[in-house]
Amino acid sequence: MKGLELLGLVTLDYFHHLWKEGCSRGWFLLRFRLVADRTNLPDYQGPEKIVIRRYSDFVWLRDRLFERYKGIFIPPLPEKSAVGILEMLDIVISFILFEFLVKIAESTEFIEMRRQGLDTFVNRVASHHELHRSDDLRLFLQADEETMERVRAQDIGIFKKKPSDLMQIFKDVQSRVSDVVLGKEKPVEETTPEYEKMKHYIFELEDHLAEAQKHAFRLVKRHRELGQSLADFGKAVTLLGACEGDSLGKALSELGSKSEALSIKLQAEAHHLLMNFEEPLKDYVRAVQSIKATIAERATAFKQHCELAETVKLKEINLDKLMLTRSEKYREAEAEYRQLKAESEEAARRFETIVRLMDEEMVRFQEQKTADMGLAFHEFAKGQARLANSIAEAWKGLLPKIEAYSSS
Amino acid sequence: MMGHEHESTEEESHLYGSREEMENLVLDDENPQPSSNGGFQSTLSPPPEISTTTVDDDSGTADPLNRTPRLNHHRQSPNSSSLNSYLDPPSYADAMFRSFDFDAASERDGHDRVSFSAGESSDSEYMHISVSDPQKVLETSNSLVPGSGSYYTYLITTRTNLPEFEGTEFSVRRRFREVVTLSDRLAEAFRGYFIPLRPDKSVMESQMMQKNEFVEQRRVAIEKYLKKLANHPAIRKSDELRVFLQVEGNLPLPKTTDVASRVLDGVVKLPGQLMRDSTLTPQEVVQPAKGGRDLLRLFKELRQAVANDWGGTKPPVVEEDKEFLEKKERLNDLEQQLSNVSEQAEELVKSQQDMGETMGELGLAFVKLTKFEIEEVVYECQKTRAADMKNIATAAVKASRLYRELNAQTVKHLDKLHDYLGMMLSIDNAFTDRSNALLTVQTLVSEVSSLRSRIDKLELAASKIFGGDRSRMRKIEELKETLKVTEDARCCAVREYERIKENNRSELARLDNERRADFLSMLKGFVVNQAGYAEKIANVWDKVAEETSGYSKDVSSNEEKSVSMLQLFSFIRAAAVLVSYKSEHRRLSAYNVKK
Repeated sequence: MKGLELLGLVTLDYFHHLWKEGCSRGWFLLRFRLVADRTNLPDYQGPEKIVIRRYSDFVWLRDRLFERYKGIFIPPLPEKSAVGILEMLDIVISFILFEFLVKIAESTEFIEMRRQGLDTFVNRVASHHELHRSDDLRLFLQADEETMERVRAQDIGIFKKKPSDLMQIFKDVQSRVSDVVLGKEKPVEETTPEYEKMKHYIFELEDHLAEAQKHAFRLVKRHRELGQSLADFGKAVTLLGACEGDSLGKALSELGSKSEALSIKLQAEAHHLLMNFEEPLKDYVRAVQSIKATIAERATAFKQHCELAETVKLKEINLDKLMLTRSEKYREAEAEYRQLKAESEEAARRFETIVRLMDEEMVRFQEQKTADMGLAFHEFAKGQARLANSIAEAWKGLLPKIEAYSSS
Repeated sequence: MMGHEHESTEEESHLYGSREEMENLVLDDENPQPSSNGGFQSTLSPPPEISTTTVDDDSGTADPLNRTPRLNHHRQSPNSSSLNSYLDPPSYADAMFRSFDFDAASERDGHDRVSFSAGESSDSEYMHISVSDPQKVLETSNSLVPGSGSYYTYLITTRTNLPEFEGTEFSVRRRFREVVTLSDRLAEAFRGYFIPLRPDKSVMESQMMQKNEFVEQRRVAIEKYLKKLANHPAIRKSDELRVFLQVEGNLPLPKTTDVASRVLDGVVKLPGQLMRDSTLTPQEVVQPAKGGRDLLRLFKELRQAVANDWGGTKPPVVEEDKEFLEKKERLNDLEQQLSNVSEQAEELVKSQQDMGETMGELGLAFVKLTKFEIEEVVYECQKTRAADMKNIATAAVKASRLYRELNAQTVKHLDKLHDYLGMMLSIDNAFTDRSNALLTVQTLVSEVSSLRSRIDKLELAASKIFGGDRSRMRKIEELKETLKVTEDARCCAVREYERIKENNRSELARLDNERRADFLSMLKGFVVNQAGYAEKIANVWDKVAEETSGYSKDVSSNEEKSVSMLQLFSFIRAAAVLVSYKSEHRRLSAYNVKK
């Protein structure tokens, strides 16, 4: 059903990779294989192509789409986290402390989370009615690695859209700083009631979602902690059983091993919760942040449109003046005026496109999120029910044995 | 929306409140009036319990399963029938649960005036003790600092049908000092027994007494102590306890702490002291030297102890009971393991607590989100989403409460471990009694043999002088008298030692039996608890999963992948934990070996 499938590297490859790339730039150079299922993407002809992409390739794609398709809520990317030298040292040290397996588990989990996030991203782009037509996407899906490198190197000069720039734009939107460059003192902002309401909704939504996500993440941790406690408890009880001996000892041992078995179930549920509930929530937060970026773009477009309109008006007045005084500068001024007018109309058109697109996108966003969260809730409830049921089963199974020991 | 808001503030204030408030959580969220939920509220008292408001009379029925107890939230209430139907499907675990938890709850219910002793199941004798009504008494006699002479008395009410007591119900007022006296007297009278430990004194007695909490803690501690005494088959029938519970007026102090008479007796030779009053002889000898102020005796026994430890020769009498030594070893091991389990149990309880808390916070966050979406609704799908969120939120809050209840019950069950851990010290004391008695025997045996050799020497010397040596003959006579007394004392000491050995043995057997029964019931309670609550929690989530099942599209391939990754991760994690445990275990056992 999905158009694109993103496969991660097998764990062993990962280590081989780590070793090879260890000393070069970027310790953690994780690559993904991208497989296109051609039946769902009629645009892509030719033999099935499997390309290798890095995280920064995805960032490039996202930035390009953001530039080209203003007004559309570009799907969010999973976080960029630097796994660098500190993490490597951490792994080495934990190896010595016998905890290396846990570390490996954590990093494989991280890889899986990232893979899933990137997979969702690229599929959302490919299934968006506008975005899937993008040339950048086509390039992304089909170019080999050297071409990708080249294209990205070109772009560094032209498009400097770094995350810090986006942050700055957010700040502009929120603090209403007037544009000093154009010399305007009055802040130029859209103030229709519907748009205000929408902005307010988005900003507040982010806060609420962030809080929910925080608790969801903590819940994952609690599952792991409970699993650990159960395991430790089970071991202690087993040792006590060995000391006691007789039927009591046996009962204790049974309890101990049941505890340890349940501990594993808890760890499994923790992982399930992370991937199927916490991640979607985080994704929701990121989506809202992407909308905020679009809001910023809209504000910029509005400002440009307004300023150009102002400038055009001034030029018009000036032109009339020149006409009346039959000045020689009239022709020059008229040419300038026409050009400015064209630009102003262009800016107005751009702005209106953004407004129209945003309205459509809002509808799509709301519907998408209802579906996404519905699924996340379902998975959450399912996982919890499954866990609770298996816990109940396990303990109930133990009861008759304890009864038997009690009566013997 | 009013209902919503009321709900959430109610839940907020409850969920963010203190531990006591957590116990007061109203289980029903569809019923906005808190007052009508009176029947559904957990107990309002600080100790985490589910109090049973319909308590069966102590008709003395032995079989706990015959009672018809009810946990509060199983009761039928006219109000939230929906909650009832949802919580009440009678399941195996529930049935076991109810009858079982009542049993466990009643054993620890501090507010229940009625308590059941462990020995009840075997015979129809009972003994119920409760401690209540602390009152301050001011002592104005010789206090420079105001309030420093005041103390609290507690009302101690006993109901019993034991024949040793006159009457079946009686009360007496006692202060803590008298509890200490009781404990000392018992220690003296029941050497070799596993006597429960009395509550601690407090270093800053006068300062501490100003606080109400402390008085309440002390009341609880005294009650627990007296209940334990009532449980002990030998002690419950003792004079000391009877006098304490029934007879008004100050308790007589135990003989060995009667400092005055000791000082009067002065520092006299051990045999001399024994000669003073022949009726006192056995009594004096059977008291441990350290308890009294008999300096000379202390010195002699200390010398003997040193000789035992450092001298090359074997002491005259040795602890030869191999069985006893083995049991002692086992008990040491047991103590270590118990302590370990107790520690891990605490961690487990903490984790369960945290889980409940976080689940509740998550639920709250979703409640807020739901409210927000409803307030800002523009699109239809938002309403759907809000409805879904509300389901999740309610479920999470319910699950959170269930976790907390589970935990409260778990604490009660696992508390048994702490009880037995506490008993270890009593056992230690009993074994110390034994070794003290042995030391006394050893000392007296040495005395006897040294006296004999002195007599022999004198007789030998005297026989060489023709006609006898008047002074020497007198000396020999004196010594022979001393010898006789010492030999009598030695016999007493040996008898006492044997008595204590027997006490040790019978107590060990009793301990083993009781411990076995108690631990098995603790395990059962723990397991029933876990199973029952897991089932309830599963019900909550099953329902929500049902309601949201429309959203699960065909994600089979994704599931498969995530399931296999899941298995990989859980395997890796489990392996990691196992490896880390094994290494730690190795380290610990190496440490133990060194010890």
